[in-house]
Amino acid sequence: MNQLGFPILTLTLLVPMLGAIACLFADAKAARWVALIATLVNFAIGIVLWAGYQIGGPQWQFQEHIGLFGSFGWSLGIDGIALMLIELSVFLMPICILASWQAIEKRVPEYMAAFLFMETLMLGVFEAQDLFLFYIFFEAGLIPMYLIIGIWGGAERIYASYKFFLYTLLGSIVMLIAMLWMANYAHSTSIPVLMATNFPVHVQTLLFLAFFCSFAVKMPMWPVHTWLPDAHVQAPTAGSVILAGVLLKMGGYGFIRFSLPMFPQASAQLFWLIALLSSVAIVYTSLVALVQQDMKKLIAYSSVAHMAFVTFGLFAFNRQGLEGSLLVMLSHGLVSGALFLCVGVVYDRLHTREIARYGGVANNMPRYAVFFLLFTMASVGLPGTSGFVGEFLSMMGIYGASTWAAFFATTGIILGAAYMLYLFRRVAQGPLDKPDVAAMSDLSPRELLLLAPIAAVVMWMGVYPESFMAPMRKDVGYVLSRVNPAWPGGDSRLAKGAAKPAAEPVSGEGAR
Amino acid sequence: MGNLIYTLPELILSVGAMVLLLVAGWVGDSATKAIGWAAVVLLALAGLSLVGAASHGGLVFGGLYHADAFAGFAKVLIYGAAIVSILLSPSYFERMGAVRAEYPILILLSAVGMGMMVSAADLLTLYVGLELQSLAAYVLASFMRRDIRSAEAGLKYFILGALASGILLYGIALLYGFTGTTQFGGIHAAIAARGVQTGLLFGMVFTLAGLAFKIAAVPFHMWTPDVYEGAPTPVTAFFASAPKVAAMALLTRVAVEAMGPATFEWRQIIIFMALTSIVLGAVAAIGQTNIKRLLAYSSINNIGFALIGLAAGTQAGVSSVLVYMTVYIVMTLGSFLCVLAMRDADGAYVEEIAALSGLSRTRPGLAAALAMFMFSLAGIPPLFGFYPKFAVFQAATVAGLFWLAVAGAVGSVVGAYYYLKIIKTMYFDEPAVPFSDHREPIEGGLIALSAIAISPLGYLAIPLLTAWTMAAARALF
Repeated sequence: MNQLGFPILTLTLLVPMLGAIACLFADAKAARWVALIATLVNFAIGIVLWAGYQIGGPQWQFQEHIGLFGSFGWSLGIDGIALMLIELSVFLMPICILASWQAIEKRVPEYMAAFLFMETLMLGVFEAQDLFLFYIFFEAGLIPMYLIIGIWGGAERIYASYKFFLYTLLGSIVMLIAMLWMANYAHSTSIPVLMATNFPVHVQTLLFLAFFCSFAVKMPMWPVHTWLPDAHVQAPTAGSVILAGVLLKMGGYGFIRFSLPMFPQASAQLFWLIALLSSVAIVYTSLVALVQQDMKKLIAYSSVAHMAFVTFGLFAFNRQGLEGSLLVMLSHGLVSGALFLCVGVVYDRLHTREIARYGGVANNMPRYAVFFLLFTMASVGLPGTSGFVGEFLSMMGIYGASTWAAFFATTGIILGAAYMLYLFRRVAQGPLDKPDVAAMSDLSPRELLLLAPIAAVVMWMGVYPESFMAPMRKDVGYVLSRVNPAWPGGDSRLAKGAAKPAAEPVSGEGAR
Repeated sequence: MGNLIYTLPELILSVGAMVLLLVAGWVGDSATKAIGWAAVVLLALAGLSLVGAASHGGLVFGGLYHADAFAGFAKVLIYGAAIVSILLSPSYFERMGAVRAEYPILILLSAVGMGMMVSAADLLTLYVGLELQSLAAYVLASFMRRDIRSAEAGLKYFILGALASGILLYGIALLYGFTGTTQFGGIHAAIAARGVQTGLLFGMVFTLAGLAFKIAAVPFHMWTPDVYEGAPTPVTAFFASAPKVAAMALLTRVAVEAMGPATFEWRQIIIFMALTSIVLGAVAAIGQTNIKRLLAYSSINNIGFALIGLAAGTQAGVSSVLVYMTVYIVMTLGSFLCVLAMRDADGAYVEEIAALSGLSRTRPGLAAALAMFMFSLAGIPPLFGFYPKFAVFQAATVAGLFWLAVAGAVGSVVGAYYYLKIIKTMYFDEPAVPFSDHREPIEGGLIALSAIAISPLGYLAIPLLTAWTMAAARALF
């Protein structure tokens, strides 16, 4: 079956699923503990998974297959890329549960059940090896997220939940039809088989666009990003962490799992579209972030800008770009999650997210300010933090693909520093002149427990990214081997000129 | 005489219905409960009798009646839906003070008619079956004869139904005139030999229009919301399930068996009906405040999706239609069972969507079940309602109707909006006046059963369902 001789991937799906069902029948206190234990168990399984993963081994590991559903089957399996995203998910989940420990007071069992159900579906997306199984997991995530935003969200929660649901549903449903066409063409629903299938070039463009609709909304890319700020602002803190940390990664994962290896020609042809949208996204959303009054909205817009780095790197068609964008995905998952937690910490105390209501919290909350600064710097991309490695690599990749795109991408770094430092300045620094702000207490041990592990991983990834890169290297190579033949090469590559003769040949004799 | 064995289900039902009618005449309304259970047993027996010759007999009665796997499959669905419609009725009519022994008997007679419809191999059998079903249905719609809405629903249904029958008969006449036969096989051969003449085309259009009325496809859907709203809720549940299956199966049989060589012609009509039904069913439902009206538009919308499978015109397409109808009746009966559970503290029935506010806190189980049915009707995975949509889109894509599938898929997003509205009302809004806490064991059991069937566990039934519907579809080709 696989190297462990044990359906470990099914187990990762089963644990949160059973936890969710148990939560539904528990009271508030028991539900909290059930959820925490289930997510911690899954985290432990995630570590076993990482330990058991053979770097440089077969492309697909821990495979399982049961032909359960007639035209498609229960087939799971992971490669290095999926492994790292699974690690990210199982790492963030216990933190989310702890973050909601006190912040959520009403309907706790349902809340915990929705989160655990969400975890099952997210892991399912990364583990599915069957096209339609992937779609089911991908789409099913809408239901718990809709409920999380709608029930436990802020004032505008209902509008935000509708927008989130309908936007992403519209994006995904067109993808389903494209999937049906592909399965019919290739006579297989297996993702590894489809990744090696060469689809006719003229159809690739249509298929690419169908998948693009879905992944661009999930990602989200400009101009279909507008659901994200609404959803983020209205969702509870833990909801935002999961949304930014893991759900946004599904778009990037989709691009690298489907769009690039399955439609290489179309990807190369439509490079201009991705580059254009990403350039606009970086500049525009960074500027929008700069003028936000609401902390969560600011971080939400910064997410859109960071995701543009991901799309840039993915469509750079070279190793630096792909590896860089994968690292940006992991890093952004941690950093933006941590930033949302930081917002949650002060929101729990003052119940407002308006930046102007704060100021000078570094004076009375020094430990908080340290963590906030660390994550701000990681978001900006300071060397030594995880943000630097990914952004640097993807910009190198972009330069290899298009120098113009690289120009716009770099402005994102500058603007990113501007809005993040400006946020930090307004919240943490300056005079402590508001009495209610001055009354806020520093991080509680529970909050410390939330932020410290993320901080540690952020530093680890910044100093020694090889631990995270090594499992993915071979899979990036595979994607490159699929896309490179289709890619004509960027404008930064040194062109070999035709050698000019040193002097005008005087006669036929001289030329010889 | 030897042919009679093939019509065993219809024999059981019609003889049984007549006996029960006599019992009802002698004993009166006090025997309603017993008659209801007897009707359930009769329907179950009729279903069991399908195991034998009744679904493998082929063409009998000189080519008037088809006892094949396709009819067998449709009859199982019809009888199942009829059983549920009988089981959920007693408590409703008791509360409304309108217990009448005729209700189960009318359902039985209607089931006989529907059985004839799906087994029809001749335009005349088709018409007789359709009328038998409709006559019972007209009475059922106005069953609460003192209730003005119910009376209006019955009248409306009757007038529009009669009009549709007229259109259908006109189409049948034209088909007969241009092909010289009323048998499906003969029409098939005539079209294959002589091609599609203009007159024949008219006949096809009128026939399809008459049948479209029965499945409530746009543009022949106008009666649906009024009738669904006015009819007593158990009757509405019945209308939304069994006759839909019968009419859909009949339409499929006529399109494939009789008009097979003219697939190109009828496909355009079906595609038009499919897309307009999806869009209108979705858009018109948005403004509804009465849940029965909303479910009426939902049924129009769902029929549109089933028609996409028919438009494919292939064996896989027919199979996907049957899959769709199977899952659809489970979802729709489940939804109506939830509607029946909407009773205020005095036990009076409520139909306003606003009354569902905050149901997730007052009745979490009921709210969860209704939310599952809504997500499932919207076709959101992992609920089983996703699979039939998947199946029809797959059939359409394989048949080359790529853009039809895309249009249908986009239409389903519009539809998702109003299903979400119900979930929003139940889960996000503050609780309204709580419903009565009195629970019916049968009702609760049926809700739980259908909720389990459309939960992700339903996916385990796919291989069985596929094998069965493919065998049924094979009978038509």
